[in-house]
Amino acid sequence: MTESSLIAADRPATENAAESADAILEMRNLSRVFTRQPVLAETLLKLAGRAPDIPVLRAVRSVNLSVQRGEVLGLAGESGCGKSTLGRMMTGILPASEGTVSYEGADVATLRGAALKDFTLGVQMVFQDPYSSLNPRQRVAAILAEPLTVHRPDLSRAQINARVDAALEEVGLDVSYRDRFPHQFSGGQRQRIGIARALIVEPQFLVCDEPIAALDVSIQAQVINLFLELRRKRNLTYLFVSHDLSVVRHMADRVAIMYLGEIVELAPTAELFADPKHPYTRTLLEQIPSVRNRKRSFSTVKGELPSPLNPPSGCPFHPRCPAAMPQCSVDAPQLQQIAPGRTVSCHLYDKDKTLT
Amino acid sequence: MAAPNTRLDRDEIVAVRQPLTNTPQRRAMLGKLKRRPSVRNSLIALLVITLIGLCLPFFAQQDPYDLTSFSVMDNRMPPMSESFDGMVFWLGTDGQGRDMLSAILYGMRISLLVGLVSTALALIIGVSVGLVAAVLGGRIEALLMRLVDFVLGFPSILVALVLLAMIGRGVDKVILAIVMVQWANYARIMRSSALSERRKEYVEAAHNLGYSTGRVMFRHVMPNSLSAVLVLATVQIASAITLEATLSFLGVGVPVTEPSLGLLVANGFDYLMSGAYWISFYPGIALLILIFSLNLVGDRLRTALDPKRS
Repeated sequence: MTESSLIAADRPATENAAESADAILEMRNLSRVFTRQPVLAETLLKLAGRAPDIPVLRAVRSVNLSVQRGEVLGLAGESGCGKSTLGRMMTGILPASEGTVSYEGADVATLRGAALKDFTLGVQMVFQDPYSSLNPRQRVAAILAEPLTVHRPDLSRAQINARVDAALEEVGLDVSYRDRFPHQFSGGQRQRIGIARALIVEPQFLVCDEPIAALDVSIQAQVINLFLELRRKRNLTYLFVSHDLSVVRHMADRVAIMYLGEIVELAPTAELFADPKHPYTRTLLEQIPSVRNRKRSFSTVKGELPSPLNPPSGCPFHPRCPAAMPQCSVDAPQLQQIAPGRTVSCHLYDKDKTLT
Repeated sequence: MAAPNTRLDRDEIVAVRQPLTNTPQRRAMLGKLKRRPSVRNSLIALLVITLIGLCLPFFAQQDPYDLTSFSVMDNRMPPMSESFDGMVFWLGTDGQGRDMLSAILYGMRISLLVGLVSTALALIIGVSVGLVAAVLGGRIEALLMRLVDFVLGFPSILVALVLLAMIGRGVDKVILAIVMVQWANYARIMRSSALSERRKEYVEAAHNLGYSTGRVMFRHVMPNSLSAVLVLATVQIASAITLEATLSFLGVGVPVTEPSLGLLVANGFDYLMSGAYWISFYPGIALLILIFSLNLVGDRLRTALDPKRS
């Protein structure tokens, strides 16, 4: 632990640059702020020279992350930490406020025409809520055929039908379901339809935004296995967003831990779960219940998740951190590499510090 | 499959929001519509009125638009009296000797026509404006919605009066005037339901699949936000008929040669004090039944479509 931390660098981009040769999607200093439109009175105040205070929510703050071709990148954190916002920026549903997303080396903000279509269809999304992610007035066959009729005018009706049937079979649904409406399915089946819709445009990269959080526990395992099977068959890349660490552990090759819009730790799955570095990751992992020692007492993470409208100074985690130092409330730590493939953003691992 | 309670509740809500093409929901809705006798009677009344309107010549014993078919000799005859050629005037005659029953039937047809056509046109305009405002947002939305506020800010009868005073009388002009004052209602409702629909994940998915804005707007957002507007429309038919009757009563609506119910009431108004009550009274009753039925059915439809009530 001690030797490796000496490689620390305060330039977060170095690691990404080294890996970018095979990166399918790369994010640099990516931020997203949400604010509301000024109402008329506030616009008038502004004209009068007294700018009003409109609250600004920083959902994602300067994230640097790259997704390697073929990997499953897990993204975990408490609810409200910006996981879904980050996922939506990766698919292009939400534009970035600052920073860039590059798809196969090209900044997606500059893409036009066929290149833009390649990106849009190449990065698809599976949504959290299977009850609102399907158009309630379209039959399953129409939901699955629409992307093809829009983007593949060269296909005949019969070819499209054949592909719709193949897509249904691929996600484990009976072909006879094609004329049903979404409400005639269970949550797990709806999620399968959502997956089939994303896959029918043959994407390379699938952003899964808590795809199993809304499902029954008994169904969760089936859908997870479907994801793993599809990955093997189609050589897909996943970003798997979840607040369930056991699912992330099962699925992911690498895991990024987010806290209040920032990535605080990034490591290969086995290493992260064996030896978490960031105090936040440690507290998160302590919360996983285990069957083996059921008499354990749980120490909750003290305090509440601070409001992203008014984040704490310095390190965002310092008010709740068990290892907080005076420096933490002043200085925001940068992501630094502490071992090959492992980065963490915490002052405990600053190179000139002796570690506890 | 012991699903948690929340899931079950959710399924129920989703089920009620479904399109009417599905038999269980349609059956439940029609059941709800039929359960109350007043609503059932209204439905029957509406059906009868529509039927009569469609095949009028079979029901009316006289064509009130044909000046040769009636004689001024028969003017102001009380109900149940007989004309010199043996025809019975069930509801009496007006000042020109027209059979009131035939005039009411023809008037109802005009009232219904004006109500349906103007509501349909206002619906199309309002839905498009509301949808465009909700989906495009920004300056376009601000502009359109301020226009809506502007239209809604004036009393509709005043706007219609001024408009008709400028462009003259006629069934088509009355329809135009009613559309001008009513489209804004639909636009506002459509915008708000489209706004809430637009935030749902299936719309995000549609954008993410690279569909054009127009396709997302008309294929995905519109079908799912129409139900509130359609319920409003059933009630608005009645208010369109009322507005037309009011305008005709005030003398700026339909021309005298094509009397609607409102104009018939206005014609009889002069004779009311001289004892010939039937000229105003029966068209008024007909108008009442028409509007009352439309309102009851519309109101019940709203209850039936609302998952929280009923």
